[in-house]
Formats: sequence, structure tokens, C-alpha cells
Amino acid sequence: MVTPGELLAQGEYYSDLNTFKDGNNVYSTMVGIFDYRGNRLSVVPLKHCYIPFVGDLVIGRIVDISMSGWSVDINSPYPALLPATETMARQRTPDREHERVFDVGDLVKAKVLAFDRTRDPLLTARDRGLGKVTHGRIIRISPSKIPRLIGKGGSMINMLKKESSCSLTVGQNGVVLVTCKSPEYEQVVVDVIKMIENEAHTHGLTDRVFEMIKSRLGGGYSAEREAS
Amino acid sequence: MRLDGRRPDELRPIKLEVGVLENAYGSAYIEQGKNRILVGIYGPREAHPKHMFLPDRATIRCRYRMAPFSTEERKNPAPSRREIEISKVIREALEPSVISEYYPRTVIDIFIEALQCDGGTRCAGIVAASLALADAGIPMRELVSACSAGKVDGQVVSDLFDLEDKYGQADMPVAFMPNLGVITLIQMDGGLSKQEFEKALDMALDGCRQIRNLQVEALKRRYQATTDTEVARDISEENK
Repeated sequence: MVTPGELLAQGEYYSDLNTFKDGNNVYSTMVGIFDYRGNRLSVVPLKHCYIPFVGDLVIGRIVDISMSGWSVDINSPYPALLPATETMARQRTPDREHERVFDVGDLVKAKVLAFDRTRDPLLTARDRGLGKVTHGRIIRISPSKIPRLIGKGGSMINMLKKESSCSLTVGQNGVVLVTCKSPEYEQVVVDVIKMIENEAHTHGLTDRVFEMIKSRLGGGYSAEREAS
Repeated sequence: MRLDGRRPDELRPIKLEVGVLENAYGSAYIEQGKNRILVGIYGPREAHPKHMFLPDRATIRCRYRMAPFSTEERKNPAPSRREIEISKVIREALEPSVISEYYPRTVIDIFIEALQCDGGTRCAGIVAASLALADAGIPMRELVSACSAGKVDGQVVSDLFDLEDKYGQADMPVAFMPNLGVITLIQMDGGLSKQEFEKALDMALDGCRQIRNLQVEALKRRYQATTDTEVARDISEENK
């Protein structure tokens, strides 16, 4: 573990994420875990705020309505803009019309369309599965813990989905939407996600999560399904 | 020997704690002798009022306040000239450490609340504020350490407490980034000869180096459970 200003290396090294170079010395700029690949040095921060990245899936809350669209709080220092033109489905389906119109306080699943720190991020809700959140439970966790919740190649999140038979949407901005068949299942998933957040940087977490779901759901929905 | 039984170059006992406030992005608490100071960081966040933001970097705002019950005599809760000045010098002491270019058009708010004061609160405030910034996950070039030195009874001493500050001949707070060798704050009250000044500066810088070690320890204590390099590698892979 390193702290800001800690000397990481001296010599012919490249400074990658969260590090900086002063002459031949590379220093850390964050509290985090030191990592290196070849001669590229980086620090994985233990805590940071969410900075939008093009292509990120985020879950935000509508905070304002304007002529051309909505402004959305996406849990980052920059308020996002969701233009009205970006909410249209490819094919207009009248029965889902209400899902295109948002009110203040509504939650919305969206993708980051453009962002470069000089202008506020632009969102789009045009893709499949995006748009208004109509049911489910929302949990906020630290954005720095999101990669852990997803796991290597999606291992953690897929296991969680399979064992609980819930649908989970993980916003890169630290907002997670859980939709289950019953509130009991939802509660278990919420508890599991909180556990992942608290124990994010420990070994064997996937196994412990698996055990927890098993014990809380008594074999899990998947076992139930296999039996029937 | 000094009034409180310390050697001339001895610091008061320091206790540091990181992450004490739930709501704040980052926070820290310091006890240095009888000083008690709490710091909360909010930000980077959207700038309000809008005209405050800078197009190329984050604006840093700092507010240093003394609680009405922090001193022997009740302190008027209205912001005093002294508090406004200290807010400014603390902000200027911390600004060079923060890589504010990462978050243009945002604000980082630093709130420093002195709950009990016994001399040298601007230094203690800087020490705690720097820790709180690191706790908030704001990128920094280095932690800023601060320590004062001065002259009491004709003798050069470090880390003056209230009585020494009031009845001594000089007080000189210094903020310093040891690795980079940058002094970000230096003020002086009273008078020192050139030799005395050089001695006092050495003492203050030495105090800063000691305090920096304590700061690093405090941060490591806070994030103790998280030293797993294997896990870090997994995570950085997932980030790609």
C-alpha cells in the first residue's frame, strides 16, 4: 500500500495512472495499491470519485427538466445532460411511450455518450435495456469498489446473478439496481453487495459470497429450479 | 527544559485519525498537545455559485473556524479577521500539493474546525487537512506536513504551545513537503537573528519530517486491511 508522495521507483520507468514523475523518480498521488507491468507503474486507488468515461453504464437521478432534455445527477462532480433526442427507442412502440418521459426524481439507466472534462457529460438512453428504472432496489456503493463487485471477467456478478436469480444492473458510478422476484431475495442481494464493499480488498471473497448466498437462501434458487 | 517539560526540539504528543466523518468525502482528526481539530473535505463537486469555477482546474476553498468554546475566553462565533487570514494561508499551503488539474470546473471544500486551541492550530490544521484530502481520494503530489518553531526565553524551540507563543519572542509556522523539498507556508511573528532563523527553520523542517511519518502511519492504519497486491492486480485488470 502506498500514500500520496511516496517514492515508487527511481530510474527508467513510465508513470501510468495515479502516479507522477519528477526527474527520474516516480511518486504515487493517491492512497492505493502499487502495481506495475513491465516498467509502467500505476496505483490502484482505494477511494476515488466517479469520473465519467465514454461507454460507461450509469444509473442517475433526474434533477432538472429543460427544453431540450433532462439534467441527471450521476454521482460525479459533473452533472450529466440527457438530451430528449437520446431517449427515443429505435422503433417507436406506443405501449412503452411513458418510459420515454422523465420527471424530476426519476431514476434512469443510461450510457455515457461523450465526456472530456471541458463540457458536462452527455448521456444516451437509446440502447436496449436503457431508460427509466421502474422497479427494483437501488444501492449506492463506492465507485472504487465496482470492479470488485463485477469480478474478474464478470465472475462475481455472474455468480451473484445465477445464485440469487435476480437481475442486477451495475452502474459504473457506484449505483446498483437489484430486481428480484421477492423482497427477501432482494434483501439478501443487498446484504451481499454491502459485504463485497466492506471486504473488497480481501482474498477469497467470491467463495465467501457464494457461501453467504447459499446459507441465506438455503441452497439458492438455482437448486430449487433444478429440483422442479 | 520548557514550561510543559519538553526539550527544545521536542514536539507535543500527536494523535491522528483518518476517516472520522461518515458524510464527508474525506476527513481527519488531530490531537496535538491540547489542540483538537476536526477536518472535513467535500469535493470535488459541482461549483456553486457557477462563476466560481475555473476552466482548467478545481477551485479550492478553505474555511478555518474556531469553536466558541475552543479558548479560555469565549470566542465570538462571527468569523474574525484572524480566521479569514488563516483560512487563506492554509489554502495556499495546501494548493501546491493538490493536483487540481484533474478536476476542472469543480470545487474542493476544506472545512477545518478547531474545537480546542492551544497554539499552533494553523499547522495542526494543515496536517489534518492534508490527510483528509488523501482520504477523500483527491490526487496529490505529496502530503503536506507543518510544524512551528520560535524563540522562547532566548532559546530556539520547536512546536510552541499557547503560552510560549504569547510570551515568547518569536513564532514561525512552516508547512513543508519533505520528499519534494517544497516549503508551502512560512510566516513569522516577532524577531529572530539570522542564525536563530536558520536554526528555527531547521527545527521546524525536522518537526515536519517527524509529522509526515505519523501522517503516513495514520493513513496506513485506516486502510490497513487493504495491502493485498494480488487483489490489486485483479482489480486493475478489471479496470481495463
